[in-house]
Amino acid sequence: MSTTTIPAGTKWWNGGRSPFNASYGKVMMWYFLMSDAFTFGAFLISYGTIRFSVNDWADPNKVFNSFPFAGHANLPLAFVSLMTFILIFSSVTMVLAVHEGHNMNRKGVEKYMILTIIGGAAFLACQAWEWTHLLTGEHVTLLNDGTMSVLPTTASSNPWGLPLEHNAMVAALQKTPHDQLVNIASTLHHSGTEVAHNTSAMSNTELINMISNSEIHATNLGRPAFGSYFFGITGFHGFHVLSGVVINIIMYIKTKLGHFDQRGHYEMIEKAGLYWHFVDLVWVFVFLCFYLV
Amino acid sequence: MSQHTISPEITHAPQHSEGTGRIWKIFWVLSFLTIIELALGYFLYLKADDLSHTVILLTKIVIGILTLLKAYYIVSVFMHLGDEVRNMIMTITVPLVLFVWFIIAFLWDGNSWKEMRNTNAGSRPSIEKVQTAPVKEGDRK
Repeated sequence: MSTTTIPAGTKWWNGGRSPFNASYGKVMMWYFLMSDAFTFGAFLISYGTIRFSVNDWADPNKVFNSFPFAGHANLPLAFVSLMTFILIFSSVTMVLAVHEGHNMNRKGVEKYMILTIIGGAAFLACQAWEWTHLLTGEHVTLLNDGTMSVLPTTASSNPWGLPLEHNAMVAALQKTPHDQLVNIASTLHHSGTEVAHNTSAMSNTELINMISNSEIHATNLGRPAFGSYFFGITGFHGFHVLSGVVINIIMYIKTKLGHFDQRGHYEMIEKAGLYWHFVDLVWVFVFLCFYLV
Repeated sequence: MSQHTISPEITHAPQHSEGTGRIWKIFWVLSFLTIIELALGYFLYLKADDLSHTVILLTKIVIGILTLLKAYYIVSVFMHLGDEVRNMIMTITVPLVLFVWFIIAFLWDGNSWKEMRNTNAGSRPSIEKVQTAPVKEGDRK
């Protein structure tokens, strides 16, 4: 292709310079992030479609109402706002690292990369706590076979259906086998009821009386889709955070070794920064879709 | 002010020499928007039983708009997309406009399923109805 036949000033796409005035790596990072945005968008829209299609979707203020070391205090939105601020703050330290990179200040880049890595690790720790809390939590639920049982929130079991009326609960407890009644009785201390130590030695009638006289919040079985979407989407996002932390650690080591000073620019920090900000961007929407509305 | 050449093909570098004031300003903007979102979230939580369906929906839409505003600030300032060449901005943002239609279409569909679930609309006629349909003598063999 001849470059001489085209007049000067219109050779923007004719080779020799970047039409977008950005490096190949940076442009491709943007297109990767765009495709990733479609992936997350598809997940969230699918979640929204299913949520719109049912009457008894779980109330996020009931599911996500706990805080580490706060016992059984009812604190909706508190923990997730902590996670949000951690991620916003680590986004700020990342953009400050990019800024120091433009000024060729290696010490500054190192400092802000360390802070960003700490922020990412703190977010992952919060998510690990929240998942553990849901996966090991015990909720008294009416099963499809008409008996009562204790269920955690997992990808396939959801105890967050509509509230169960007291009479319906008592009727279901009559059909519930002894070992399940003992399990239910052992969760009663969550709602402030004194529980005898030898619950397994008590008769069914005694157990049923104890359970039905307590301040228990029994529910109907909820949609399994709730757990599937929650763990699927927050897990996919959490895996992005994890890989972002790993990338940031690699960038920190390369900064420390002086690779970017030898290269003469800190553009790799900028590309890692784009990925890290994208992770924050996705969280803004996960926060909206799962916790706020 | 320092300019560092990444490649001879790139003729201009965005100005990053204005200091960190803008970054911190955007941090406070993002925190402020998040606090408003949380306040509206608590408002919905505390008053959900007293509010009409329309007010709840409007509050949720406002929270959604605040989220889009946060996304705009993150992409435009933190990711420096606002400093790029206009053509590049367009190749990234124009495809994302598809989301507008995706969201409308799919949520509409979800809502329509809920209506069918609640009214039994669109279901097949039950077997009893088919059996009670009049049968003409001539059709019998």
